[in-house]
Amino acid sequence: MLTSVLSLLALGFIAAVVLSVASRVFYVEEDPRVAAVSEALPGANCGGCGFAGCDAYAAAVIQDPSVSAGLCCAGGPDVAAKVGELSGKAAGGADPQISFRRCVKDQGKVAKKYDYQGLSSCAASAQLEDGPDACRFSCLGFGDCVKVCNFNAMYIENDLVRIDPDKCVACGACVGVCPNHILEMIPRRARVQVFCSTKDKMKDVMNVCEAGCINCGKCIKKCPATAISNPDGRIQIDQAVCLAYGPDCEEACVEACPRNILRLMCSVSSAAKAREAAAAAAAAPAQAPEQPQPTA
Amino acid sequence: MLEYFLLLISAVFVNNVVLAQYLGQCPYLGCSKEKGVSIGMGGAVIFVMLIATPITWLIQSLVLIPLDLGYLQTIMFILVIASLVQLVEMFLKKAIPPLYSSLGIFLPLITTNCAVLGVAILVQRNSYDLGTSVYYSFATGLGFMLALVLLASIRERMEISRLPLSMKGVPAGLVIAGIMSMSFMAFAGMI
Repeated sequence: MLTSVLSLLALGFIAAVVLSVASRVFYVEEDPRVAAVSEALPGANCGGCGFAGCDAYAAAVIQDPSVSAGLCCAGGPDVAAKVGELSGKAAGGADPQISFRRCVKDQGKVAKKYDYQGLSSCAASAQLEDGPDACRFSCLGFGDCVKVCNFNAMYIENDLVRIDPDKCVACGACVGVCPNHILEMIPRRARVQVFCSTKDKMKDVMNVCEAGCINCGKCIKKCPATAISNPDGRIQIDQAVCLAYGPDCEEACVEACPRNILRLMCSVSSAAKAREAAAAAAAAPAQAPEQPQPTA
Repeated sequence: MLEYFLLLISAVFVNNVVLAQYLGQCPYLGCSKEKGVSIGMGGAVIFVMLIATPITWLIQSLVLIPLDLGYLQTIMFILVIASLVQLVEMFLKKAIPPLYSSLGIFLPLITTNCAVLGVAILVQRNSYDLGTSVYYSFATGLGFMLALVLLASIRERMEISRLPLSMKGVPAGLVIAGIMSMSFMAFAGMI
């Protein structure tokens, strides 16, 4: 018994000595800033920055001048500022984004093709004739996106996925797993968004969904900024163009849409709501109260 | 001379460590998506085997047998292999950083690669002398590398082929691994 314990201890000791000597011989000097940036990052390893994990992003932001300091969507502006400070880059990253679900299945009846009984997974159900819904672009509601969301920002309610804007960090993990491609990343400050993602023609949509976009194209014609188009048969808003044009258009597209598919986003996050309320309260005494317009 | 040649053929083709003895399946499936990475992994495993086998052989004949501690074989061998993998990791980080980063998580996993432990134990079972043990471990490593490179070559092809969605990735990899294993069975009558 004693011999076995001693021999094991001896071997362990020899291994420890060899390894400690080797760690000195093969010591690789690393930029201390990489470790500092790693420390500053939230460690979520969500991949939202486009790198394999937080450590890979930390190394890239220090070593590659073209990598922006503001790519960590999980960390937000505070982390971006810290990373910018450590890497000596401007903190301003891309516009903060949010995941957005383009389906209004809950507001109008969607016809069923068949009764699905099988694996509780969007990917599995989509393999059977694009899922049980007659619309190829509906939310299947099995929650594949909910499962991949590391931030508990998604949940299913009435067979439709919902996104908690306060928890969404825009890592984009959900967008890739949706078999019907109804999730997309949009800027948090987007003013207007299309709430349906169908590519089908008017008649086909009318046959399967009471609320869906009929692709009439009125919004495209009304948009003074030419931010709306249907490049692949699906109405799409170029948010960068829309935001650059600003509110001067008075949301003509929303007015024009006969199916109420283009809607104002208002403020998507309760934090943003709170900020806006505070700003409005601060500005209120300085401004004269707006008079209601007389109506005919 | 013929004996050594037959040992090589046996270790690489007939008793291939992955395809006939089913050891080291984790790196076999995990590191066989790109040929470059599979060659790197094969090289690292050969390197670890080449160092681990003589050390474990010496431990077996100088410590375990004289002290009648044969039952400690597994734990001792794992300790040696784990330390060696750490050593290889440090060495690669210093000498070949691109290979170090491309192997990623699979490099520390050589620690628990049963192919390395398997070879160390097999040379004891077969009662090889020190020289033959090293030679056998090299040949086994070569067989491991061959299996990895073959699978990686096929999987690289599969990436650009039209496959049913449900078969893409790991399922196709497993089916190919099974078919490869069956085709290597044809070597069974060679020696």
